[in-house]
Amino acid sequence: MDLSAIDPLILIASLMVAATPILLAAIGELVVERAGVLNLGVEGMMIIGAICGFAIAVNTGSPFLGFIAAAAGGAALSLIFGVLTQYLLSNQVATGLALTLFGLGLSSLLGQSYVGIKPPATPSLNIPLLSDLPVIGPVFFQHDLMVYVSIGLIAATWAVLKYSRTGLILRAVGENHDAAHALGYKVVRIRMVAIAFGGACAGLGGAYLSLVRVPQWTEGMTAGAGWIALAIVVFASWRPWRVMLGAYLFGGVTILQLNLQAAGAVIPVEYLSMSPYLITILVLVIISRSAQGAPAALGRIFHASH
Amino acid sequence: MNMKSILMGATFALGLAGASFAQDKTKVGFVYVGPVGDGGWTYEHNEGRLAVEEHFGDAVETVFQENVPEGADAERVLTQMALSGADLIFTTSFGYMDPTLNVAAKFPDVKFEHATGFKRSDNVSTYSARFYEGRAVQGHIAGSMTKTNKIGYIASFPIPEVIRGINSAYIHAKKANPDVEMNVVWVFTWFDPAKEADAATALIQQGADVILQHTDSTAPQAAAETAGNVITFGQASDMSEYGPLPRVSSIIDNWSPYYIARTQAVIDGSWTSVDTWDGIGAGMVGIGEISSAVPADVKAEAEALRDALASGEYHAFTGPLNKQDGSAWLAEGEVADDGALAGLGFYVEGLSGDIPN
Amino acid sequence: MLRLEKRPSPSRMWTALTPVLAVLLTMIAGGMLFAALGKDPFEAIRIIFWDPLFHETFGPYSRPQLLVKAAPLILIAIGLSLGFRAGVWNIGAEGQYIIGAICGAGAGLAFYPSDSIFIYPLMVVAGALGGFAWAMIPAILRTKFNTNEILVSLLLVYVAEQLVASMALGLLRNPDGMGFPGSRNFRDFPAAYNPELIANTGMHWGVVAAFIAVIFAYVLLSRHLLGFQIRVTGQSPKAARFSGVNPNYLILFCMGVSGALAGLAGLFEVTGPAGQISIDFNVGYGFVAIIVAFLGRLHPVGILLAGLLLALTFIGGELAQLMLGLPAAAIQAFQGMLLFFLLAVDVLSNYRIRLAKSEAA
Repeated sequence: MDLSAIDPLILIASLMVAATPILLAAIGELVVERAGVLNLGVEGMMIIGAICGFAIAVNTGSPFLGFIAAAAGGAALSLIFGVLTQYLLSNQVATGLALTLFGLGLSSLLGQSYVGIKPPATPSLNIPLLSDLPVIGPVFFQHDLMVYVSIGLIAATWAVLKYSRTGLILRAVGENHDAAHALGYKVVRIRMVAIAFGGACAGLGGAYLSLVRVPQWTEGMTAGAGWIALAIVVFASWRPWRVMLGAYLFGGVTILQLNLQAAGAVIPVEYLSMSPYLITILVLVIISRSAQGAPAALGRIFHASH
Repeated sequence: MNMKSILMGATFALGLAGASFAQDKTKVGFVYVGPVGDGGWTYEHNEGRLAVEEHFGDAVETVFQENVPEGADAERVLTQMALSGADLIFTTSFGYMDPTLNVAAKFPDVKFEHATGFKRSDNVSTYSARFYEGRAVQGHIAGSMTKTNKIGYIASFPIPEVIRGINSAYIHAKKANPDVEMNVVWVFTWFDPAKEADAATALIQQGADVILQHTDSTAPQAAAETAGNVITFGQASDMSEYGPLPRVSSIIDNWSPYYIARTQAVIDGSWTSVDTWDGIGAGMVGIGEISSAVPADVKAEAEALRDALASGEYHAFTGPLNKQDGSAWLAEGEVADDGALAGLGFYVEGLSGDIPN
Repeated sequence: MLRLEKRPSPSRMWTALTPVLAVLLTMIAGGMLFAALGKDPFEAIRIIFWDPLFHETFGPYSRPQLLVKAAPLILIAIGLSLGFRAGVWNIGAEGQYIIGAICGAGAGLAFYPSDSIFIYPLMVVAGALGGFAWAMIPAILRTKFNTNEILVSLLLVYVAEQLVASMALGLLRNPDGMGFPGSRNFRDFPAAYNPELIANTGMHWGVVAAFIAVIFAYVLLSRHLLGFQIRVTGQSPKAARFSGVNPNYLILFCMGVSGALAGLAGLFEVTGPAGQISIDFNVGYGFVAIIVAFLGRLHPVGILLAGLLLALTFIGGELAQLMLGLPAAAIQAFQGMLLFFLLAVDVLSNYRIRLAKSEAA
């Protein structure tokens, strides 16, 4: 075993890339849940984003337009969920699961003619000066744009939730929709916007998989990433920076276990493969004594009866 | 048609009253474990199905069912396919073994062909491909071209098929380059492109400059391309979109000749239960074009190895070979028999690490 | 403009009519999807909904298969519905299903090739205990450390998946299997096999257990104090606490029952229809059962019907692939649509639609 072959700096650089799809999807879902809505359809929205982004990027040659399309596709799918749960008052858990089923099916239908194609490359963003810094440069400043977009989204979500009026209203809606309604806020409209935002973020996460991480289109390629994103939101106890912590922890352990295997560690492979899930649970147990609870209105149906 | 009336007898015997569909066409069914759009294992079986359609035109009708889980669902799908009047059914995953035999026992006049299994009966054949022959060619190129003397191997599950491939690649890499080391990463999945990419990156970061893969997605190819100075091989399909670098060659599954021949046998009435294990020689395993990135002498050696494997004058597992623990396996000049290869569960000498179980 | 007005109690007429309406709407929307894919929509709809039941060739085989396919869904969904009513979110039934199968199968295979009549009952107990124990992990973490049970139960599914693969390759691997993965097939081990009890009916012990679970849940919810406590806790946790409900006890009970039932479903499946532990033994019943539970409105009888309806679309979908060459993805999308419509029209049984001149707020 040669553990010295594992360079922690390179590890950090690759975990940032590995965690980005989950991070994008999770920050979107966080906003949805802070508005009091539980959308379990993240996997479905991600894979729709993956195929929409892939198809548009291949047809236009522009990964940038691909990402735009992915966000639009994810948001469009999420609006099905929005209409059903907000206007027709359907159960959120079941509707979310149905959305995943529908998204997986629809994406495969859309993607039939895109199997075995190589998408246009998404360029790395070599930030002038910063990327030339020794050590830190290659680790933090030579990624593609979406890695920074995902971190920027975390920061923006944090700032908006914490300091802005919009964030205050969103949280009010998520904590007590009846009171928010009584104060004159349009609960349903606010939630629809949050749901669409969540869909767009999940779509971006999916497109990051099909355009950067993998990059190719195959049916079912998200392979459960949407579920991990959901778990990360809970792990984060609905706080933005903790989403980043959770996604990087999960991505980091995944990368580390593969590196340990490649270095010939004597730990049995089965335990290494389980480690990302077990360590995430363990860390949550340790921090959950102090954790804040879920938004009070999470998953509850809102109907303005007055 | 006589066969049809017997089939009807069989369904009545089962208490499944009703008539089969009267038809003159030969109906060939395919059951797939993944989606036809997986770009790998199932995709290539479906190419084989399309080749059957093209070859026989109107004389043959094909049906298929994709994404069929192994176990109870497979048994139901197979029964429904047999009830619908299929004459020949290919079941294209190891996990369909027991369901195939169960259903075959109920439909004695429908022919079944099970891929990669070892149980046969009067109306069940087995077929598989000697992919390890292709691994030998890859191993030779890998050993000759590595500069770091480190080869990375992305493995799915520790089953004989995968273990054969690792051993074969290692033996031939070692022959070309005695200093070579091989690191195996088990991803414990058949299909998770993101994880495959991570595994490739981890191997590359630890000094591997050749990546072999026993998973189907092109994610490792893309990771190698990003890293630069790393070579890879296409798996299941050619993956030529990643040539000439990093992809320098490939193993291609080619089921078409076999599917066409077996369909013809059913039409002629000459079908019998057989155990087929074909390699490069019969065309079931194809070696994709060796790209211009491979030095001419290495390319010539690789092609000579390919041809020797194809003609049968050389076997990929030829002694002297020891097991990983140093005990003797094959004596000088001795060739592994098919029985031992089919259930291969150990590494050869020189490979490090344990096979998980 | 339309607005919704809550009914004092759900309309019985609409409760019965809405599923029919949803199926009709799905037929129209699905028909358009199939037509867009170049298939005859009427034929496709007929094959999916009619042929599994009444086709002269397929019907006699498919009808019993409906029970086989629906049984694990119903069994798991019944357990989940108790927790969902009480606000206990077990999303990891898939993992409990896997562990139940591993424990039950392991208990049986340990005695191979004994023909004792005690083997199967022992396996049933082991299966239930396995699922129960796996569900106790999130339950205890929740009650002791306030750890969110959604996350723990969900992540444990992935751990269980790794375990089943490792079992199929290692401990439970068939010693006569020539080194291939997968356990012995229970068909060849009669004392541990879960056979069809009456020929050509599909009835096996898992189906029997599913029916018993439906009755058990019905009695529990309508007649028993515990059922009352579950319902109260779901509606108002505070009120429940005042009326003497111990929330931790309720969490342990709901998680335990759902885990044990999921474990049983896994055990009956592995010893019967599936036949063996394999690398990819689980096929998602634990997740589909969540949908079944809500489609059945968390009511035992509703769950029974929802499970059968979903089983019908699975089998009908297979036939449509076979007969028409529809891609599996189209069937998946179609099932998604069916669920959307079923969930959407439910609004009619709980609300009246009124015309309002304009909304004040």
